[in-house]
Amino acid sequence: MKFTLSWLKDHLETDATLNEICERLTAIGLEVEDVDDKAAYKPFVIAKVLSAEKHPSADRLKVLMVDAGDGKLVQVVCGAPNARAGLVGAFAKPGTYVPGIDVTLAVGNIRGVESHGMMCSEKELDMSDNHDGIIDLPENAPVGTPFASYAGLDDPVIEINLTPNRPDCTSIHGIARDLAASGLGTLKPQAKPDFRTEGKTSTGLKIVLDDERLCPGFGLRLVRGVRNGPSPAWMQQRLKAIGLRPINALVDITNFMTFDHGRPMHVFDAAKVKGDLTVRRALDGETVLALDTREYKLNPSNVVIADDNGVESIGGIMGGEHSGCDENTVDVLIESALWDPINIAKSGRALGIITDARYRFERGVDPEYMVPGLDRTTQLVLELCGGTAAEAKVVGYKGHEPKIVDFPYSEVKRLTGLEVSTEESRHILTRLGFVVEGSGERVSVTVPSWRPDVDGKADLVEEVMRIHGVDQIKPEPIEKLSSVNAKILTTLQIRTRTAKRALASRGMLEAVTWSFIPEDQAKLFGGGARALKLANPIAADMSDMRPSLLPGLLSAAQRNADKGFGDVAIFEVSGTYESDRPEGQRRVAGGIRRGTASIIGAGRLWSNNAKGGGKPVDVFDAKADALAVLEACGLPMGNVQIEKGAPAWYHPGRSGTIKMGPKVVLGYFGEFHPKTLGALDVSGALCGFEIFLDAMPEPKKKATRTKPPLELSPFQVVKRDFAFVVSSDVEAGAIVKAASSADRKLITGVNVFDVFEGASLGDGRKSIAVEVLIQPVERTLTDEDFDALTGKIVANVEKTTGGVLRA
Amino acid sequence: MSDLENLKTSLLAEIAGTGDEAAIEAVRVGALGKKGSVSELLKTLGSMSAEERQTRGAAINALKNEITDAIAERKTVLKDAAIEARLKAETVDVSLPVRSSPAERGRIHPISQIVDEITAIFGDMGFSIAEGPDVETDYYNFTALNFPEGHPAREMHDTFFFQPDENGERKVLRTHTSPVQVRTMESQKPPIRIIIPGKTYRQDSDATHSPMFHQVEGLVVDRKSHVGNMRWILEEFCKAFFEVDSVTMRFRPSFFPFTEPSFEVDIQCDRSGPIVKFGEGTDWMEILGCGMVHPNVLRAGGLDPDEFQGFAWGMGLDRIAMLKYGMPDLRDFFNADVRWMNHYGFRPLDMPTLFGGLSA
Repeated sequence: MKFTLSWLKDHLETDATLNEICERLTAIGLEVEDVDDKAAYKPFVIAKVLSAEKHPSADRLKVLMVDAGDGKLVQVVCGAPNARAGLVGAFAKPGTYVPGIDVTLAVGNIRGVESHGMMCSEKELDMSDNHDGIIDLPENAPVGTPFASYAGLDDPVIEINLTPNRPDCTSIHGIARDLAASGLGTLKPQAKPDFRTEGKTSTGLKIVLDDERLCPGFGLRLVRGVRNGPSPAWMQQRLKAIGLRPINALVDITNFMTFDHGRPMHVFDAAKVKGDLTVRRALDGETVLALDTREYKLNPSNVVIADDNGVESIGGIMGGEHSGCDENTVDVLIESALWDPINIAKSGRALGIITDARYRFERGVDPEYMVPGLDRTTQLVLELCGGTAAEAKVVGYKGHEPKIVDFPYSEVKRLTGLEVSTEESRHILTRLGFVVEGSGERVSVTVPSWRPDVDGKADLVEEVMRIHGVDQIKPEPIEKLSSVNAKILTTLQIRTRTAKRALASRGMLEAVTWSFIPEDQAKLFGGGARALKLANPIAADMSDMRPSLLPGLLSAAQRNADKGFGDVAIFEVSGTYESDRPEGQRRVAGGIRRGTASIIGAGRLWSNNAKGGGKPVDVFDAKADALAVLEACGLPMGNVQIEKGAPAWYHPGRSGTIKMGPKVVLGYFGEFHPKTLGALDVSGALCGFEIFLDAMPEPKKKATRTKPPLELSPFQVVKRDFAFVVSSDVEAGAIVKAASSADRKLITGVNVFDVFEGASLGDGRKSIAVEVLIQPVERTLTDEDFDALTGKIVANVEKTTGGVLRA
Repeated sequence: MSDLENLKTSLLAEIAGTGDEAAIEAVRVGALGKKGSVSELLKTLGSMSAEERQTRGAAINALKNEITDAIAERKTVLKDAAIEARLKAETVDVSLPVRSSPAERGRIHPISQIVDEITAIFGDMGFSIAEGPDVETDYYNFTALNFPEGHPAREMHDTFFFQPDENGERKVLRTHTSPVQVRTMESQKPPIRIIIPGKTYRQDSDATHSPMFHQVEGLVVDRKSHVGNMRWILEEFCKAFFEVDSVTMRFRPSFFPFTEPSFEVDIQCDRSGPIVKFGEGTDWMEILGCGMVHPNVLRAGGLDPDEFQGFAWGMGLDRIAMLKYGMPDLRDFFNADVRWMNHYGFRPLDMPTLFGGLSA
């Protein structure tokens, strides 16, 4: 919402400075977005051309001697055809920034003659597109004084960022009322329209609608015998200052009313209206050529004003070109109507039309000003265009049922903490146009017709508070609920944070990638369901809610590789989407490693041979990451099982599923299926994992924080090595399990320290070597004890895996 | 006696000539072993006369002691030399590089770090963390938050919609974290003090807008919290978060459907340089929106607005991260460029705490 300072002062009697006004506007909730104090015009002064001689070496140029009122004559070279001795115009001296041509003047030398400034055209001053000649003012224009104040260009323009709840401040009058209520001056009373009417508005008018809310009132008046020329300079200047193009007096008056009183008006050339005017829904496929000279295709959700010619206007949004007023208009029909805010918003959005009328109607125009607005507009038409007004015709308007709020003054203190006296609260509300009835602590407040946003007590509190001054509210500490706060995070929140820190501690970088991914990628990872497809994605490749973190991470790794960073270890802990229900949103820790980015570090190092760096990452790097997340989250690892294989996007022979019990899947890890990588268009050594943080069970509640007593055996730990030859498809895990179960008390650990396949063992055979840790508990073991235990280990392994001791 | 002198001279020469521990051991055996030259002499002591024992016997014993000492001394010298040689042989080039610690290489994304910072601050004020789904119903995202059907305010949110289901209902990607306010009120009785960090989505994309971004929202509901309390909380938060001794904040009346009264809050700062500085300067920058929870929202949460009251505020997490840590472009947050993550990310062991400071 834009307006000028002088326009505001039409409605507000005040001595406040521009700065004070702007600060107050922001303080009461009308946030000033921009102020143009017109300082750019200050350097231009009115000057008189004393002589104009032909340039010695250019036919079209003249050399002027200019008097700018400071007693010195200035030489200016000028090419304007109307430059002549005696002309009074606008002068800019060197150093001045000229807005219309975006140039800062310097002393020039044009074909051997120095030029010390410029006599300006209207275009150069950004006043109009007129560049036919320099500005030619009346002879009596005061030489040496600022041109801007003479021409009315110095009126500061204020733009406020209006919140959608304040239709009353789409009006300069409304803004003035708010400022006056805040004590920054007084609201000027508006002169009551005073004109005689003659005869009736003869045009027929009816509202034919299935829902009367769509047009709750329509006022129409015929004014005969107008002369529709240009509007007066004061009106044109104001409209131009706020960015509107003057058209003709009748149109300018409607625009003036839109801003002056927040009352959009429309004018029809009565001669072009055929038959009666009907307010009705548009027919499907009906078209109208609107005032913006574009044709709009309408449907029954649009409300229009039509006559025997068809649609003449889209109600509350934009008038039609056909019945518009021009300089030939003699009889004019003035419309002042009410429209349904929701319908206007929807129609305007659907048609793609943004107008000052729509802006106001979709917020809500004061119903009680429909008829007074029609009268005020009539008065302006009579004043500026002459003519004779007929009696107005008003259809459909049933009057305004004001809202009444039961208001205890104590609400102000309750909600804001402010101490405001009941007298002041009453005064504030009264100055804003509310009617306060009753006395004492609880009053009855009638809401003015221009404040549809005010519904209840809290709204009245806001009114009192913003006018009293938000800066009066002092910070007040809240009560502490306890002196030392207890744990505030849930298990899942703790695990989310822990997983992030654990993975970052393994040398991985945390990424945040898009929740929506391309449809084909979603399908590759088990997604793509209709319920998780966006109806209006911002881009075609951001269409589906991700079923997995991996496609986003794999694509990111490839983007980095394409820039030359091929060794990448990245992870993300975030949501994936299995359904559109809240429980369908999973919490997953996922990560990938590419190239040689193992936990040791990427790339080659002189010590690689000794320390194992520089190898391409593989399934075991991913497995270590996955288990690290589970460990960090405090899962009892003894209950975790690894099964061969994982979903289709993994390499079937180089992937695993992590489970707890037969049902709970904790996650997957592995290298990727070459088809998946191909479809994603990514390449390189890659491995990754997914851990479902929300699948982990809650830790068992412990009765005590005390740890169980530590029992240390006094006997020495013994290590024994075994190498078993087994069929190639036997899993090492099975051997470890079999060995461990030989004696759960004595055996405290089984480590696989070698895996060997070779011709010496025969086809389809391999050797797995384990080290068994034995902790005697009650006494030192004898040779017989060891023989018995060894025999049990060998027998167990043979029974479950068919393995035999390697010779 | 000269035989003893001769033996001594020759043994001492042998000892001095040994080059390693094996050689000195050979000399020892040759002299002091069972059949060693000195041992043989000692064996003669038994057959000596008392007088002879006094002179020659004493001389033999003296020879034995002298040779024993010389061997021990030589042994020490040789041992030291051997260690010396070994150390020399084992010397390496310590300027050769080693791998950095994985914990030094890893990075936490600024969003996670900022959430931890905020958690540390509000945790101290007795708040807990609440979360909710990204895919929301129209009811929780709009209706329960007092957005009437067709209200122009809905235009302020360029919402992502899903395809309508069989009942014609369209789920949305939540446009703000506020739906969690109502979900929390439904499941938990006052007093409520929660912080809601999370992902939010709007149809927008430029340097400061992204179709996916993060918000953090706060909610306090009890029987007496008012605007003055909200002001205190937000000022304390900004001081703690931006790690400055004082901040000046400006509350401007504004409008949100879910609060009444509503405010936008500006923070005084210095924007003259390339980095925004808080706690100084004369510029204002808007950093958050807030207000008293609208009576209709309390009702939607099952609470009587005449009995319960409270306030809520919300701000852009990415935005305050940019303000505090200086990232110029929001879109980079979601690009997973390793250079960006290395530069703007945080080390995993730098945990924001109040006792150790929020940022290192």
